Amino acid sequence: MKLLNPSNVDRRHFLKLSAATGLAIGFHLPQNALAQTTPADVNEINVWVVVKPDDTVVIRIARSEMGQGSLTGLAQLVAEELECNWAKVSTEYPTPGQSLARNRAWGNFSTGGSRGIRESQEYVRKGGATARMMLVQAAANEWKVPAAECSAANSIITHTPTGRTLSYGKVATAAGQLAVPTAVTLKDPKDWKVAGKRLARLDTVDKVTGKQIYGADLQMPGMLNAAIKDCPVFGGKVKSFNASAIAKRPGVKKVVQVGDSAVAVVADTWWRAKTALDALPIEWDEGPNAKASSAATAVILKAGLDAPEAAVGNSQGDAKAALASAGRKIEAVYSYPHQNHATMEPMNATARWTPEKCEVWTPTQNGESALAATSEASGLPARQCEVYKIHLGGGFGRRSMTDWIRQSVEIAKQMPGTPVKLMWTREEDMQHGRYHPVTHCKMQAGLDAQGNITAVHMRLSGQSILAAVNPQGVQNGRDPVVFQGLLATGLEGSLGYTFPTLLVDHAMRNPSVPPGFWRGVNLNQNAIYMECFIDEIASATQQDPLALRRKLMTQHPKHLAVLNAVAQKVGWDTPPPDVGGQKVFRGLAQIMGFGSYVAACAEVSVSKDGELKIHRIVASTDPGYAVNPQQIEAQVEGSFVYGLSAALFGECTVKNGRIEQSNFNDYPVVLMRHMPKVETVLVPSGGFWGGVGEPTIAVAAPAVLNAIFAATGKRIRDLPLKHHNLKQA
Amino acid sequence: MAKINVNGATRQFKAEPDTPLLWVLREQLGMTGTKYGCGIAVCGACTVHINGVPTRSCVRPISSVGPREKVVTIEGLSPNGSHPVQKAWVALDVPQCGYCQSGMVMAAAALLKTKPNPSDADIDAAMSNICRCGTYNRIRAAIKAVAQGSTRSAGLDIQHTNGSVA
Repeated sequence: MKLLNPSNVDRRHFLKLSAATGLAIGFHLPQNALAQTTPADVNEINVWVVVKPDDTVVIRIARSEMGQGSLTGLAQLVAEELECNWAKVSTEYPTPGQSLARNRAWGNFSTGGSRGIRESQEYVRKGGATARMMLVQAAANEWKVPAAECSAANSIITHTPTGRTLSYGKVATAAGQLAVPTAVTLKDPKDWKVAGKRLARLDTVDKVTGKQIYGADLQMPGMLNAAIKDCPVFGGKVKSFNASAIAKRPGVKKVVQVGDSAVAVVADTWWRAKTALDALPIEWDEGPNAKASSAATAVILKAGLDAPEAAVGNSQGDAKAALASAGRKIEAVYSYPHQNHATMEPMNATARWTPEKCEVWTPTQNGESALAATSEASGLPARQCEVYKIHLGGGFGRRSMTDWIRQSVEIAKQMPGTPVKLMWTREEDMQHGRYHPVTHCKMQAGLDAQGNITAVHMRLSGQSILAAVNPQGVQNGRDPVVFQGLLATGLEGSLGYTFPTLLVDHAMRNPSVPPGFWRGVNLNQNAIYMECFIDEIASATQQDPLALRRKLMTQHPKHLAVLNAVAQKVGWDTPPPDVGGQKVFRGLAQIMGFGSYVAACAEVSVSKDGELKIHRIVASTDPGYAVNPQQIEAQVEGSFVYGLSAALFGECTVKNGRIEQSNFNDYPVVLMRHMPKVETVLVPSGGFWGGVGEPTIAVAAPAVLNAIFAATGKRIRDLPLKHHNLKQA
Repeated sequence: MAKINVNGATRQFKAEPDTPLLWVLREQLGMTGTKYGCGIAVCGACTVHINGVPTRSCVRPISSVGPREKVVTIEGLSPNGSHPVQKAWVALDVPQCGYCQSGMVMAAAALLKTKPNPSDADIDAAMSNICRCGTYNRIRAAIKAVAQGSTRSAGLDIQHTNGSVA
């Protein structure tokens, strides 16, 4: 049961060394990197649950906490089945190295696609339940009574006939020796006492006192700091650099090339490394993309809108024929730009390499892929590597990649035995992201004489994330992920409308800018294209946008239910009151993605001078089950900050092969003063498990764009809004 | 050795005069609660108080901070997280990833000191810090809760491990 794997031993050894060496400026390691679970002083019941003699319960969480709150949500699910005292619960991350040594005992570490809870809920609940059964059995054994005569609640086991009690801590050691039961019955969610409740997060206090240690804050004995500059042109290389020009600057230890495209300066402090790097003469070989530009990409994507070859995502009947024979046609062309994730904490990793072992401390959304990258970059087998995860200062999909981890290992490899912390500048982060894919879309609808829709053709043209990050996921030129929210069926993201005929297809066009999973992923632009176009049809056929949607959604009751919940809460049938002498207008949007159904209504006003104000947003979510409603509300509110940042401001443009934006001054985001009131309506209907971190982002932009049309008669089909003049003639 | 006064204590350090205060705090003094976000005084993650004034420490050369000026960082705002702003932040579960929150808390504490009952416009103007997770509405609610002396007004009904409900 209790494997003492080599990485544990090594960690303790390292920490002992660290303590002995001491450190003038303090010794900080994140709590989760400390060897808390040394077998000598804790009692592991099973891989998910540790119970200490004082009844403290440590719940192990394999997924990463990046602000989305699933650390707390997953702990609630385990605690619910464990029947432990919630006030004595804490959490820790198992390491990917331990997972490897224990045959992936904690399952998938990947924290993306809003899957943290929905993909692992069943096995973590079973982990809690089996631990409870083992603790009860251990107590029953001690009392020499049948386990069936015992019950557990609040970390206390009671022998019902005699009233005797034992606390979990008293029987933990014995429980840990028992076999893990295989037959487990999970609670019906309607009986939940800890899950489903509006519990406070477990990680809040340290985040308001400055005590939370992020990767950027790591300090270790003997640690050096590195700043890095990658070739500003994607696909370019280092031609030369003059290290001697900065060799005498204070604190500089070494100038190293990283891979074939980057140069790093290693110094005693990061500020000295960064300023020395600024002064380092570097010549780049800008390579084949030196002339790439957003304008050139737009021409290629535009051509894709009419290309004969396209991969089909959803097809009902013969939409092309129905369009050709339609008495009336409506057509609109939309586009969506590149965007940077812009996590508040720039990319960083601390690595220590020796010929025998490579260790990395980093905020990552996927500990296992981080370990694989560490192994590859270090040239050591995975069993000689370890990754210690640290809470993320924002992830949003960016930290599902491993590029900065590889860099940190390549730097550490050139400084054997010395821990080196690599941290990117904001400028490096802005110019070397994994950007939201760029796409264009042509929407066409055929109408009959009564204005009924006879056909819809949605032609997407543009970038595939999978083609760049997981090419084996693309088959015959078809990337299934580009059709998020548009599929005919399925629990992940199916279209909420039924049209007599429909064709959704995609012409893949991949520019040189590296794409990545950007919170909400392809649902973001797909929702804009579909939801704004539905509004265009409603307007062209003089129908109420809600009434038209309801007509098209009769076969999609779950999609319709969240839309109806929004309409009811916002009071769709009554016009909104004026605000500050301005008339207020509404716009709707709905979509299904990441397993959940979402809808929103935005209320906006546009002044005569074209000033847009978003006053209020009502948003509804059906995630099946709501594990922590107040954290779902936080995710819904946050989704509007992310989604409205994209709609109002978000754009990365390319000129001469490089991203033109460099920092938050030229890549503005939503601030406090832009934020509308957000009212969240949670309607969990049960029977399925959906995600909540991402789907709502997709309805932010189309709800606002449709409200802007209602206010001004202007259709905005290209984002961001900052380029458009809403001034009324 | 140069000197600065941080959180009530005089601290000695060695750094080039043009080193920003942020990096002296983080690297010379080991106080990492104050964060680097942009380096150009736009995001506010590096906000500290200098003589009570909220200041973006990432562009403030250390040579311009006199030894008698009183620098207060998130670590020194209260001894144990008991500042009313910190208490309200905890009660309303404001942080998500938390990286921007040191700066947010420092900016809010400075605002409430000069304007104990700030209007929405005051909050908009003073709280220009960037949060990417999207905690703005809870921050606004928490600032108002401090002003009103009660977190119940926010109506979030968050249950804490000690049994209390905010």
